Amino acid sequence: MDDLATIPDYGLGWLDASGPSSDIVLSTRVRLARNLQGHAFGPRSRVNDREAVLSLVRSVIEKSSHLSGASLWELAKVSPRTQKILLERRLVSEDLLGGKKGVPPRGAAVLLSTKDPTSVMVNEEDHLRLQSLLSGLRLQDAWGLVDRLEEELGNELPLAYHHEFGFLTSCPTNVGTGLRASVLMHLPGLVLTKEIGQVLKGLNQVGLTFRGLYGEGSEVVGNFFQVSNQTTLGKAEEDLVGHLDQIVRQVIQYEEHARHVLLKEAPAVTEDKIWRAYGLLRYARSLSFEELINLLSGVRLGSSLKLLPNLRVYTLNKIMIYSQTAHLEQAAGRDLPLPECDAHRASFVRRILAREGVVTSDGESSPESP
Amino acid sequence: MAGKGKQDMVCDNCGEAGAVVHFTQVVNNETKTSHLCERCATEKGLQTKIPSTNLLLADFLAKMGGDEPLSPGGPQEELTCPFCGLSTADFKEVGRLGCPQCYSTFEEYLRGLLRRIHGGTQHVGKVYLPPDPSASEKEKRLEALRRTLVRAIDSEDFERAAELRDQIRTLEPAS
Ligand SMILES: [Zn+2]
Ligand SMILES: [Zn+2]
Repeated sequence: MDDLATIPDYGLGWLDASGPSSDIVLSTRVRLARNLQGHAFGPRSRVNDREAVLSLVRSVIEKSSHLSGASLWELAKVSPRTQKILLERRLVSEDLLGGKKGVPPRGAAVLLSTKDPTSVMVNEEDHLRLQSLLSGLRLQDAWGLVDRLEEELGNELPLAYHHEFGFLTSCPTNVGTGLRASVLMHLPGLVLTKEIGQVLKGLNQVGLTFRGLYGEGSEVVGNFFQVSNQTTLGKAEEDLVGHLDQIVRQVIQYEEHARHVLLKEAPAVTEDKIWRAYGLLRYARSLSFEELINLLSGVRLGSSLKLLPNLRVYTLNKIMIYSQTAHLEQAAGRDLPLPECDAHRASFVRRILAREGVVTSDGESSPESP
Repeated sequence: MAGKGKQDMVCDNCGEAGAVVHFTQVVNNETKTSHLCERCATEKGLQTKIPSTNLLLADFLAKMGGDEPLSPGGPQEELTCPFCGLSTADFKEVGRLGCPQCYSTFEEYLRGLLRRIHGGTQHVGKVYLPPDPSASEKEKRLEALRRTLVRAIDSEDFERAAELRDQIRTLEPAS
């Protein structure tokens, strides 16, 4: 069970960039928080609470045809590298892996569906954190998937529910629907035209919130923003999701407009930025992950503007995931301390870009000579 | 959204000066920008008073200080959850409830807090149906399912619609 070969592409379906607007919206995620009656919530739970929750989840998997074939991974029994890979694929959280202690608490587990891109964190801050992860902007579909999964679990398990407050959660910011819908957006146009501040302020004004690439409180790198709903109580799930969808569509329009302005008002500077980013990625011998993300941002913009033809969004998504440390270590078959890790990252990126062939400015591509 | 710092603008809804919320909607492929005062924006569900992104809940609770009474009886009353032992002070420190029972223990206090965080306290949306549901619980669940069915049909998700119809049928009182 501790072999990553047995989890071929869990959490990677979105990389194919098959969803709508996937050059600007990388992925859509919908998460639902649920708790079981009669047990303390995650932070206050004891070992016996967590084991009870886990065994209840196991019993549902056995009964449910929807979940047949799903695998349940107890994180303490999984190698540290596999734990990190699950984290890098956004299938588990830092907290579920034990946070600063670095050792997953007993009972912490992740349920991975084989039928659809859904998963459940078990014994995180809430007993159950259901999530779906899709390519591009597909909020309704992502909500439909977790909704379906929730029925499957809710029909069998006694959920903590209050007639007034709705579904009860450890943190009062999640109570009610327990729903957090978020889209990962790439907004270099708005950043370069310095309009991003206004847009982000606007998001706050309409009840949305944003953060950087990796989870709560993380900094914005590479112009990647996660936009999500701020409140969870008082609106139906469909309305929360619909509202986010509507606003994200506006932000996409703003971004497209900003890119248009960039090309019109500063074509030379924009092109130079993009080609420099490509050049560094294509030939660098050492890359930190943060540097990589910043360069990928430029290249992604170039690909989207057709200034770097032949460079597929799929390739760029793949670089983003597979150049994370644990993924590189998995490929190398051993731990990669610094500076070796940065060298492996650069070499991986060179190889993958070489495979795409030469990207020429006049739109022609020819196979790379050795 | 993202209006350009226009001051002293008149509210589109009530005509009073002092529109502070500017947002653009796309209606039939045309953008329409609206300007609203704070009161009208709140009424339309566009909250303006929301904790900022990086404000942690614990800070939020601390900032609230004593101005939110814990219960009508006494502003500094210390309660403890009989199930998990969480006290009011614990909650203020960590910003997390300890168990489902905490929501009854701290109900009065939470009502004020939830109003500040979410702008209200009444859950709208999915209705959980416990084992052995009462007639009114069933009715609420049915209402929610029918709403979901309409959306499934609107979005042409016929597989989901069929599932929902089955669920509605099993809940509907035999007539
Ligand atoms: Zn007004
Ligand atoms: Zn409690």
